Amino acid sequence: MENYSTHRTFITGIYHVFTFLFACVMIYPLLWMVLSSFKDTTEIFRKAQNLLPETFRLTNYTVGWKGFAGYGFGIFFRNSFLIAGLSTIGAVFSSSVVAFGFARCNFRLRSLWFSCMLVAMMLPFQVIMIPQYLLFNKIGWVGSYLPIIVPQFFGQGFFIFLILQFIKGIPIDLDEAATIDGCSIYMIFGKIIFPLIKPALVTSAIFSFMWRWDDFLSPLIYLSNPLQYPVSYALKMFADPTAGSDWGAMFAMASLSLLPIFAIFLTMQKYLVEGIASTGIKG
Amino acid sequence: MLEETVLKQIRSIPGNKKTLGQMMNREGVAGYVFILPFLVGFFAFIIVPMLLSFGFSFTRYNILGKPSFTALENYRTMFFSDPKFWKTFGITLYYVLFSVPLRLIMALAVAVLLVKSSKLSGFYRAVFYLPSIIGSSVAVAILWKRIFASNGVLNALLGVIGFHTETAWLGRPFTAMWSLILLAVWQFGSSMLIFLSGLKQIPVSLYESATIDGASGMRRFFRITLPMLTPTIFFNLINQIINGFMAFTQSYIITQGKPKDMTLFYTVYMYQNSFTYGKLGYGCAMAWFMVLFVGAVTLLLFVTQNKWVYYEAERK
Repeated sequence: MENYSTHRTFITGIYHVFTFLFACVMIYPLLWMVLSSFKDTTEIFRKAQNLLPETFRLTNYTVGWKGFAGYGFGIFFRNSFLIAGLSTIGAVFSSSVVAFGFARCNFRLRSLWFSCMLVAMMLPFQVIMIPQYLLFNKIGWVGSYLPIIVPQFFGQGFFIFLILQFIKGIPIDLDEAATIDGCSIYMIFGKIIFPLIKPALVTSAIFSFMWRWDDFLSPLIYLSNPLQYPVSYALKMFADPTAGSDWGAMFAMASLSLLPIFAIFLTMQKYLVEGIASTGIKG
Repeated sequence: MLEETVLKQIRSIPGNKKTLGQMMNREGVAGYVFILPFLVGFFAFIIVPMLLSFGFSFTRYNILGKPSFTALENYRTMFFSDPKFWKTFGITLYYVLFSVPLRLIMALAVAVLLVKSSKLSGFYRAVFYLPSIIGSSVAVAILWKRIFASNGVLNALLGVIGFHTETAWLGRPFTAMWSLILLAVWQFGSSMLIFLSGLKQIPVSLYESATIDGASGMRRFFRITLPMLTPTIFFNLINQIINGFMAFTQSYIITQGKPKDMTLFYTVYMYQNSFTYGKLGYGCAMAWFMVLFVGAVTLLLFVTQNKWVYYEAERK
């Protein structure tokens, strides 16, 4: 018996050593980038194998923050917060309304529209980017945030699906009781269901914010004035050889651009994991 | 003003007020009221643009000029006289063919590793999941460039273990492509989480009776775990294939298609045609080819799913 338990401890030990080492390999690139943002640029090249900087310097951050061509990263961060924030509010509210309709109402052609919703969810942006561009160009929206933000206000498939699953878990008895008490279906949504689906709304909001924050393709297509650039796009411009190759400053701004995502990840991990697990769809 | 007074008059008729309210409250109508945002968005931002682009795919269309009808010319160019079209298509196919299975295998292996709970489970899960959250960002693309540069991290680390090299990994077609594939595999985290929740739903009793029957660990994995997970694998596969074909940022920022367009992804070439060369009609044709191709692959997977996907309800 004793022999067996030492054997078990041994196996557990090996398991942890292996998993821990693998975790280190996985996280190494990120760690390296964040720590390199405190290094001198020459040090990044000279001793690329080192993880820790010889001395922690914040110079890269002060230099990088100035941005390029007179446009500082303060502007870019404000733009990103604006785009991601508005898009998220729009996506979450509109998706919750649509999800309620699909979950609690019987109407003609419901299954047809539901299938359309699923197709829309699977349809990648890259496929409709050119047609959409033509449309927005026609109505004169190119060069503004409108083509990036406005489509978010019409429900997003993934969030509709996620919230729908959540509403289905709420007992229908609640709706029925409310109806008997004289609630209209709109009041049922506003007064009863909406407050109850908060966890699903939070999950959707987190995903939406992270995706919009990281989004690079739509700013690339629609924006041309540096004053309007979000961080993702600004970073790309900053990293272009023409803007110089101050890798230290670049890593500083790259790390900074990931900071909101890190913060959300660390504080909201529970919601993210649940969101992915409950829908079974990539996050 | 006039409208308001008319409305007031209509409302003042008791019967009318009731019917209006009643109509809005009828489930059939209310349903449409709720899904209205989706319907409007679906037609305005998907159906109409898609139909328009289908039309434009038969034209020569520069954004500044007017589209001129050229029938099937774009498609003819695409299929028969634009070698870059097939080249980028093939490159993307290669990327999908390797990155998707590798990512899924990795996700499954790590999920099996993490299903055993320990004090560190939460930490491990977080570390493995993190790359898939930030992996498609520009920040990581910049980082990847530095890692595989000739004086980058990888070569420095190789130097530490006594293997001195100055290989420019992104300068050779094969290694450049595989550094992009590696980036995709690195982001296995979200698939891992999906597998993890799938694994937890497999009844323990199945494993218990198999162990009693003397099935080894390997056998239990291939005979129980894998078949029970096939629905999860199936949906993951479809999602990842679609996403794989749409990969853009990696190729656009990290390799910029270099060397010699050997890492030029289909979507990047489509983007170049439409926005750099201004050939929007051609871009539309390329987009439509992609829709049809990816749609066909998805359909094929759906049709063949009952050959390999196990749904419990069917067997009962």
